[in-house]
Amino acid sequence: MLNQKYGVGEKAPRVDGPSKVTGEAKFTADIRLANMLEARVLRSPFPHARIRSIDTSQAEALDGVVAILTGTDLGDIDPYYGHAVRDRPIVAIDAARFAGDPVAVVAAENAYIAAEALELIRIDYEELPAVTTLEEALAEGALRVHDADLLRLGLFHGLGDFRPHDNICYEHHMTKGQAEQIFAEADVVVEGEFRFPAVYQYALETHAATAVWHSSDQLELWANCQHPYLVRAELADMFDLPKANVRIHVPFIGGGFGSKSYTRMEPIAVAMARKAKRPVRVVNSVTESMWTSRRHNMICRMRTAARADGTLLARTAEMWLDTGAYADNGPRVVATAADAAPGPYRWTAYQIDAYGVYTHRSPSGSYRAFGATHLEWIGESQVDQVARKLGMDPLEIRVKNLLKPGEPVRTPGKPMDADLIGDIRKIAEGLEWDKPRPPKVGRGLGIGLLAAGSRPVSTAFARLESEGTVTVMVSTSELGQGARTAMSQIVSQELSIPLSQIRVPDGDTMVTPYDRSTGASRSTTLAGGAVHLAALDLKDQLITIATSKWQVARSDIILRDGRAWVGDQSATLSELLFYHFGFSGGELFGRGIIRPEQGQGTYAAGPVFWEVCVGGVELEVDEETGRIHLRKIVSVADVGTAVNPAMIKGQEMGGAAQGLGNAIFEEMVFSDGQLLNGTLADYRVPRMDDIADEFVSYIVQNEDGPGPYGLKGVGEGILAAMPAAIVNALADIGIHIDELPATPERVWRAIQQSKSV
Amino acid sequence: MNIQPTFKLTTTINSIPVDAEIETRTLLIDFLREHLGLTGTKRSCDMQICGSCTVLVDGKPVSSCTTLAYEVNDREVLTIEGMAQNGELHPIQQAFLDEYGLQCGYCTPGMVLATAALLNENPRPDDTEIKSFLSGNLCRCTGYFPILNAVRRASERISKEEG
Ligand code: FES
Ligand code: FES
Repeated sequence: MLNQKYGVGEKAPRVDGPSKVTGEAKFTADIRLANMLEARVLRSPFPHARIRSIDTSQAEALDGVVAILTGTDLGDIDPYYGHAVRDRPIVAIDAARFAGDPVAVVAAENAYIAAEALELIRIDYEELPAVTTLEEALAEGALRVHDADLLRLGLFHGLGDFRPHDNICYEHHMTKGQAEQIFAEADVVVEGEFRFPAVYQYALETHAATAVWHSSDQLELWANCQHPYLVRAELADMFDLPKANVRIHVPFIGGGFGSKSYTRMEPIAVAMARKAKRPVRVVNSVTESMWTSRRHNMICRMRTAARADGTLLARTAEMWLDTGAYADNGPRVVATAADAAPGPYRWTAYQIDAYGVYTHRSPSGSYRAFGATHLEWIGESQVDQVARKLGMDPLEIRVKNLLKPGEPVRTPGKPMDADLIGDIRKIAEGLEWDKPRPPKVGRGLGIGLLAAGSRPVSTAFARLESEGTVTVMVSTSELGQGARTAMSQIVSQELSIPLSQIRVPDGDTMVTPYDRSTGASRSTTLAGGAVHLAALDLKDQLITIATSKWQVARSDIILRDGRAWVGDQSATLSELLFYHFGFSGGELFGRGIIRPEQGQGTYAAGPVFWEVCVGGVELEVDEETGRIHLRKIVSVADVGTAVNPAMIKGQEMGGAAQGLGNAIFEEMVFSDGQLLNGTLADYRVPRMDDIADEFVSYIVQNEDGPGPYGLKGVGEGILAAMPAAIVNALADIGIHIDELPATPERVWRAIQQSKSV
Repeated sequence: MNIQPTFKLTTTINSIPVDAEIETRTLLIDFLREHLGLTGTKRSCDMQICGSCTVLVDGKPVSSCTTLAYEVNDREVLTIEGMAQNGELHPIQQAFLDEYGLQCGYCTPGMVLATAALLNENPRPDDTEIKSFLSGNLCRCTGYFPILNAVRRASERISKEEG
């Protein structure tokens, strides 16, 4: 069994693998409670409408319908939620603000009856004018989606200054030096207007929640939420309960990618369970999940100025991100987009102005590498444009201007903490940059930064039972990223026990301790940091026991192969516990607490680390059809220290596939506020036959991260880099794209345009 | 009152005979998940695009989200729960583990069963055949490379065992 050990750095098998290949792994919608009802949601067909009245009598008369929830049921609670801005009711109260906004909910004995009942609800809508595009919402005197004066801040806004006005939900500005002056005098200036589409995260598992309102106001949920502790706080606040009365279980999650960040279907499930007085499960369809969360579409104007020798001097960027009818995580997306706008370069001056805009469209929130994905392709295409104008090599101009470790990125905030030049050189190596390109083959590079880590507050316990088994109590949600495997490897490393002796159960806010969230590439660094401390704490206690057992100095004891050793004497962990408690029983607990090293760990003071978003592609284009064929993708995971190289590679390949989707396939198409391609028949995500011919992935381990062993998070960077690399590779063969996705039609048009000039 | 027509279903699920009286409108996926508690079969797109609800009916892949349960009357259904035999993982399952062919695991049951259908039909598929057969199974986590490797490995192992 000794070679069963898989510590840090090993290609350990996934600890959740066996349960996932056999179908045993339980996801939220797999949990069926006794006496449980199924809920279905009736949603507004109009982007903006006043609700005059709702007649539920016919639906209620349907056999098997137990309860129907509408806005009139919410009078005794605070029905508004939103962790940033509290602008969203559980179901529409006065008005519906997007086509797809929940208006009523039916709970019935089964889902078929609930679906039938939805058709029997009669709603008298007064259709109202709507602002359904960024242009409409930003127009002079535009109709307002919300009355800005009535907007309240949410529990976790972290926004600093919050001054909504008109349809501007949030704005973020960054200024360095006098950009305008530099533009007036610079040798080279490039500028353009760019568009990024609305994109759907498409986690295969849709949003789901099951709620039970127990007697004495104990609320229990099963939900596929990435941040159970934040959801718990919001629910407690809305339903006026102590947080400790709200217990959230988080089973396996079928992909998150940000779509399950913050509060989603939980308030509907809870309000319905409270009214029906029975357990209620609500599971979205894909269309409903598209309406629940998406990536912000954006318009951006950017300019970049440089000196004739290729020194980048100044950049300005103005961007408007469509957050839809409710703010959701829009404010943070806006701030992160602003952070990503300058790119990882040494600027004399920049002026960045970012705006989150309310529209009568479905709300936008987090999606893997938000902000960075929006901006990197724009900034990087301008760097290449400057290089082309100056006859410089794209690699050379980057090497000349990239930030070096220790240089300031923005003020205030963490200085550069990665070797960007080393990273981009690796990409070039993978692309065989110096080799001549075959005809009609383009190569492109992209590099950027993502403010990662969110607030650095995570806690964990490790429980050592008498047989020597460790149960790790940590609230990181297992989304597929492999958190449970990584946590197990950290414990295995420190206690020297095999993975078979370590388990990481489902998150449960009554049992597993506080973790801020599962997102922003933070889990292995921060929750993993807490687990590392908990394991060290246990180790410390074990050494104390061994010291007493053998009457030797602490330094004489080592842990190896699942045992404590002094010279050639040894004891298993189980034997040490027996010695300590005097019989086979009793347990030890290790604890780990991560908190801000200084200050409050705010976003402005951070980030916890800068995630490097670097990648390269080699592609060719069919000139007749405009179709892009990817010959090669190169990724560099700059992770500090690799806990599990195989899983890191998996993150890179998966992130690259999503990046490919964002760059060339995916767009939620709206017309007059209606989502036109709201199913997977019309919304095209990458399939197995779309993958690149070759994937080259490097792992860079400079031990320069803030986590245990010098590690830092991974998994988002490559997604942000892909559109940048693809757009630059297209430009390399004369195809200029300023609007994503680069569909065959857009590429074909760009080819025609390049021929006509 | 709304009386739903019912159907007396006789079928075989994972080699076990099953008799049940069901509403005729019951979808196969709901029969498996809600009536039998076989929740390994997953629902996503609900319209025969994503493949996560794939089961085998008489050895052929079928989207259980768009199949009525009564259509499997007198037929044999294999779900993910029936793949491992006597506590031993099927070589396809083992290959998905060995190649890290899963992350969140939501697409995995459908991928494993679709792979079984492919290898039944064509034990030594080339990459193009694998990609085209499995392009009806979506995965948002892995980027597909590890799944491709898993299918290659499973094919090698199975043909070795049989060869
Ligand atoms: S759920 Fe059946 S094919 Fe997608
Ligand atoms: S592993 Fe998550 S969808 Fe395939």
